[in-house]
Amino acid sequence: MSELKIIVCIKKIPDPEAPPKAVSIDSEAKRVTFTGVAPMINPFDENALEAAIRLKEANGGYITVLSLGEKKSKQVLSKAFAVGIDKLILINDANLKDLDSYSRAYVLSKAIERIGKYDIIFTGRQAGDWDSGQTGLLLAEFLQIPSINLVRSVEVEDGELIVKKVKPDGYEVAKTKIPALITASNEIGELRYVSVKQLIEARKEPVDIWNDDDLGLDQQKLRRLGIVDLYKPEIEKECYFVEGESPQEKGENLAILLVEKDSVISA
Amino acid sequence: MSVNGVLVCGEITREGDIDSITLELLSIGRRLAESSGEKLIVALFGDGIGKAAEEVAYYGADMVYKVESPLLEGLNVDIWVEAVDGLYREIQPKILLMGQTATGMDIAPRLAFKLNTPLTTDCTDLNVDAEDGLLLRTKPVYGGNVSGVFKYQEEPQFVTVRTKAFEPVERGSAKCEIIPFNPDIDRSMIKVESIERVKEEVVELDKAEVIVAAGRGIEEPENLEKLQELLDLLKRYFDSGEIGCSRPLVDQGWLSSPHQVGLTGQKVAPQLYIAIGISGASQHVAGISGAKKVVAINKSSEAPIFKIADYGVVGEYEETLPAFKQKLEEIL
Ligand SMILES: Cc1cc2nc3c(=O)[nH]c(=O)nc-3n(C[C@H](O)[C@H](O)[C@H](O)COP(=O)(O)OP(=O)(O)OC[C@H]3O[C@@H](n4cnc5c(N)ncnc54)[C@H](O)[C@@H]3O)c2cc1C
Ligand SMILES: Nc1ncnc2c1ncn2[C@@H]1O[C@H](COP(=O)(O)O)[C@@H](O)[C@H]1O
Repeated sequence: MSELKIIVCIKKIPDPEAPPKAVSIDSEAKRVTFTGVAPMINPFDENALEAAIRLKEANGGYITVLSLGEKKSKQVLSKAFAVGIDKLILINDANLKDLDSYSRAYVLSKAIERIGKYDIIFTGRQAGDWDSGQTGLLLAEFLQIPSINLVRSVEVEDGELIVKKVKPDGYEVAKTKIPALITASNEIGELRYVSVKQLIEARKEPVDIWNDDDLGLDQQKLRRLGIVDLYKPEIEKECYFVEGESPQEKGENLAILLVEKDSVISA
Repeated sequence: MSVNGVLVCGEITREGDIDSITLELLSIGRRLAESSGEKLIVALFGDGIGKAAEEVAYYGADMVYKVESPLLEGLNVDIWVEAVDGLYREIQPKILLMGQTATGMDIAPRLAFKLNTPLTTDCTDLNVDAEDGLLLRTKPVYGGNVSGVFKYQEEPQFVTVRTKAFEPVERGSAKCEIIPFNPDIDRSMIKVESIERVKEEVVELDKAEVIVAAGRGIEEPENLEKLQELLDLLKRYFDSGEIGCSRPLVDQGWLSSPHQVGLTGQKVAPQLYIAIGISGASQHVAGISGAKKVVAINKSSEAPIFKIADYGVVGEYEETLPAFKQKLEEIL
């Protein structure tokens, strides 16, 4: 079989493990702002990248990475070169900000049409910014190709994709014809290690930048996120810290507390 | 003439019973139906679901649609999307509610595309805007560090609802009418074929009364045994218990995914949740807001888990756990 043409959609997001205090809201602009939070590739998109690289290693292939976002995403996204992708395309246009999942999928689909022939498209199951979990499946609908959600392993055999899909009590083996889209779940595997030196080298690779006009977008199809309000939820409780001279004593006191004072555990 | 109303797409367990999410959706659905002056309709899908359809008619809906076909056995996504689409066209509901479940996550985005309407996933609160009658959709974003409220014009107003975000509705004594519906579906609609369904492990985290949860802080998979011993002891005093975990343990293959608690794992509501070596990232905490009492054991006093815990122990769990267990055995 000829080499696989793979497309991976990745997104830059602020570190999803940023502590609550690093996150604030600009209520007027209806925006979330971050202080001292590093940008990174969405973790599930790193899983998607890893799956793509493994397929390339097993079957031979050409990997194009596609991202819609700010110009300054370049640095973060170029990490993908360090793990062995072939091409990086960044779609950037002032007109393409704050789009909802549907419109992001639409823009990505137009870019993919422009790329031309492809066999497999990967996305992450969910992006850790708006936690929407829709873009991949919508993208497949725009392209009118089959899609499989929450995938934990992929193989290619005779022009078909055979995958394991995560289920609440195990998995399902499913198959479909190529071209098809897959959304990666974390079980598919963590992205391989990248050294600082590799990262620095990767930043020198060229990035193609496409804009609105390059894609010939139908402006009617661009829907913005319908944000009415953003606020920080009040979830903090008053934690009672169990006292004790040693960790052992704290353990004993915890038992006494739960049984005798709180009676959450009772005989 | 179409019915309109608020349509709840319910779910049935593999044993053929009504899934709890159905009753949770009926609870919020009732509130929305009342504030918008609409009927509340619930639909169940599958093959041979007569019993569940009879039963769900007691939970406060105005009508039950029983969507049956042998093709709906086994939940093929492509078929299921077509079936809901067909029912949508018959009823033309103003509001469409599904669960943010394994099934809902697969179907809702595809259906939203077909219906050409914006979908808001994983909502934790819903209200009707008194001014324009549109749905105000509250959903946690940025892993739960922020709550967002969203609104769109298009109909149907379509959302998925987080499991355990609403109390299930109580069974009533009155029964509503049940309408059979034959969806226009056939095999040719199947694009992705299911070859095999493999059951690995059933973890009933969502029903557990006590959960002992492990995080990366337990350091070695062998140490899970110590947590299991604690769980075994606690299970003598609770009706049900399970081992839970944070995502890194699943990534490393120490536990299977059904054990994962959090935003992309299970939402739990035990009487007691004991988090051991879990930092308390917002995506983990998103799964335990229903827990009655949270105990955290962590060696770092700065760990964010203490912000949502009722009781905290700052210390190495290896030292704390045996003493805790021994004392429990002594005093219980
Ligand atoms: C979109 C998205 C969805 C996600 N969904 C989920 C999800 O559903 N569930 C989930 O859990 N995560 C989820 N995550 C990942 C999440 O952000 C965190 O990475 C993860 O929860 C961290 O797991 P942890 O607390 O076990 O590990 P760490 O953050 O590494 O914490 C380990 C903790 O152990 C403590 N520790 C170390 N040694 C000891 C010791 N000897 N005794 C006591 N304490 C010790 C440390 O102080 C530390 O606090 C998601 C992330 C994203 C971006
Ligand atoms: N702006 C974007 N650029 C590239 N890929 C994206 C973008 N937004 C979403 N995706 C892909 O779609 C997946 C799901 O995103 P979401 O629907 O926003 O949760 C992500 O994991 C990415 O793979």
